[in-house]
Amino acid sequence: MGKRIGVEVSIAIADAVKLARAEVIPAYPITPQTHIVEHLAEIVANGELDAEYIPVESEHAAMSACCGAVAAGARVFTSSSSQGLSLMSEILYIPSTMRLPMVMVVANRAMSAPISIWNDHQDIMVQRDIGWIQTFAENGQEAVDLVLHAFRVAEDRRVSLPMIVNIDGFTLSHVIEPIELPTQEEVDAYIPPFKPKRKLDPRKPVTMGPVGIPEVYTEAKVAHDHAIKNSRKVILKAWKEFADHFGREYHPVESYKAEGADTILVTMGSISETAMTAIDKMRDEGRNVGLVRIRLWRPFPAQEFRAATKHAKVLAVVDRCLPPGAVCGPVGAELRSIFYKIPGAPKIFSFVAGLGGRDVTVERFEEIIDKAEQYSKRRPKELYEVIGVREK
Amino acid sequence: MIPEFEKFKGFSAKNLPKEEPLAPGHRACQGCGEVLALRMVMKALGKNVIVCSATGCMEIISSPYPHTAWRVPWIHIAFENAAAVASGVESARKVLRRKGKIPKRHVDIMAVGGDGATGDIGLQWISGAMERGHDFLYVCLDNEAYMNTGVQRSGCTPYGAMTTTSPPGKQSFGQVTWKKNVPAIMAAHGIPYVATASPAYFIDLMNKVKKAALVKGPAYVHIYSPCPTGWGSAGERSVEISKLAVDTKVFPLYEVIEGRYFLSRKITKPKPVEEYLKLQRRFRHLDEEHIAYIQRRLDADYEKLVKLSEMA
Repeated sequence: MGKRIGVEVSIAIADAVKLARAEVIPAYPITPQTHIVEHLAEIVANGELDAEYIPVESEHAAMSACCGAVAAGARVFTSSSSQGLSLMSEILYIPSTMRLPMVMVVANRAMSAPISIWNDHQDIMVQRDIGWIQTFAENGQEAVDLVLHAFRVAEDRRVSLPMIVNIDGFTLSHVIEPIELPTQEEVDAYIPPFKPKRKLDPRKPVTMGPVGIPEVYTEAKVAHDHAIKNSRKVILKAWKEFADHFGREYHPVESYKAEGADTILVTMGSISETAMTAIDKMRDEGRNVGLVRIRLWRPFPAQEFRAATKHAKVLAVVDRCLPPGAVCGPVGAELRSIFYKIPGAPKIFSFVAGLGGRDVTVERFEEIIDKAEQYSKRRPKELYEVIGVREK
Repeated sequence: MIPEFEKFKGFSAKNLPKEEPLAPGHRACQGCGEVLALRMVMKALGKNVIVCSATGCMEIISSPYPHTAWRVPWIHIAFENAAAVASGVESARKVLRRKGKIPKRHVDIMAVGGDGATGDIGLQWISGAMERGHDFLYVCLDNEAYMNTGVQRSGCTPYGAMTTTSPPGKQSFGQVTWKKNVPAIMAAHGIPYVATASPAYFIDLMNKVKKAALVKGPAYVHIYSPCPTGWGSAGERSVEISKLAVDTKVFPLYEVIEGRYFLSRKITKPKPVEEYLKLQRRFRHLDEEHIAYIQRRLDADYEKLVKLSEMA
């Protein structure tokens, strides 16, 4: 087992990518992802990793080069954020249906306008339906572990799908945390070499990315949907084996004092750390509250989420994304949908908080829980509420 | 001179490869000059190549799943990014070769796209790949408009041409801009090899494609590709029109080798451009004044090219 050291999360992620022996890294810089790709450039420049680093001219080209590199048989990593992720958007749908596995870390950041380099989840939520497996990390150690897990899952032949690990920009990407990096031998034992079923090779020509006429398009999309749904088993097994190898356990959803709680706060990403502090405080005050954090966002773990919130009466869902004109934030909508017409389902209240780097404090979480409990007695006027809006 | 060229003796009528890496039975229009050019490109390259295709006519006619006309590995991701996809393929093969995961032998990598995919929407991706120096060749099959979507104007559409988005009308005479000089933009990257080619001069075309594949680093070949459907020309006259384009100075054939221009065919007795224009419905509305302007400008452009070649 490697040593536990204080290191910036971005640097640790780059080191994890090195340990995973990535072979092609097409990358374009964007705040707050930069430290990841800078450190990878350094690692390659120093000969610590035998890889091709492609300093592409845009994120769109980065994702395009990723597709070409995986198709040619290489292990591929890239990283992006916000506007850059949106620039890739056209291409993001393609490797997933074409079943080209790769790993991308998204340092989550707000979408312009107004331009903001700070953290929320709007960048990834507009890419919700790209058909990639997606996880959200809460802290630095988890970010590193999820990156290793992602290589293992994505390249598994039963899965063969691209994967995104979401880390909150700045609040995760730029903080120094105590992180344990495994040794090369340990990672090699966990992540086998990439052996794609097919690749671009003149000895065995294949046609990749053909035209999908109406007679086959639906089937291609359904095959993709089946693939991501069936990836669940591999995702869980890879986490189980991760625990066997490295001693840290991961599940699709994480519960904190949620057992038997009447009101459960639901979060994703790094704000969950502050949320836990809020839960501790309220528990001390005698409130029967808990927290459930969603780690696996796609495929959505409906079964595990329902189990984790089985006895709850109220769910207070926190979205870090405001889709204007929608009925509520995307996480709220997902949860309302999985509980629809289920007998004894909790009442679900949707909140939007922490946009564009706005801090979500312990007091804000208390306010969210208080409001959710009030609304459970008296129906609110709106389907969601934005928390912490300044009046002037 | 480029050392890789020394080994290559050139194609001739006697040694044309019999292999057809692009199979017949694809769905191109009758008389398509673009698929004719692509067939020659593939004959020149042979089967030791990976093809990265842009979205466009050649992509849709060759890959309607479950059929494929490709006897070589072929990948299509999107419209504007074939050069970036090729960058990824090239880099992957580089590292995999180094790590002993694939055989050491060289495999050519070609990105291919139409004039829209190359000179308009894809310019940035190609520029990036050229600047980074990937070892690949980019082939532009220029049929002078967005034909796959129904003949809309592109930056490569010639002056005066009628397209569905540059229609002649009371206030307009068709395309109002001069054809974008994409080969010059490519040459400005300082890449080792740039050439223009025409399916009417197919041995010249094949030799240029082969040279582009042989050269280490990025290479670019811009190929004139008549489109009977979009140009309103007779399918059986595609080769004749291609020949006329060269003889009227509309599409001069040349190479830019390490920055130096070489004319492949010096036009000493040029034909008037009118002969070329009159075979195509897209130019039918042009009056004498427009034709005279086109002639003057073609003469001037050609003179510049001759001067560049004299500097070599």
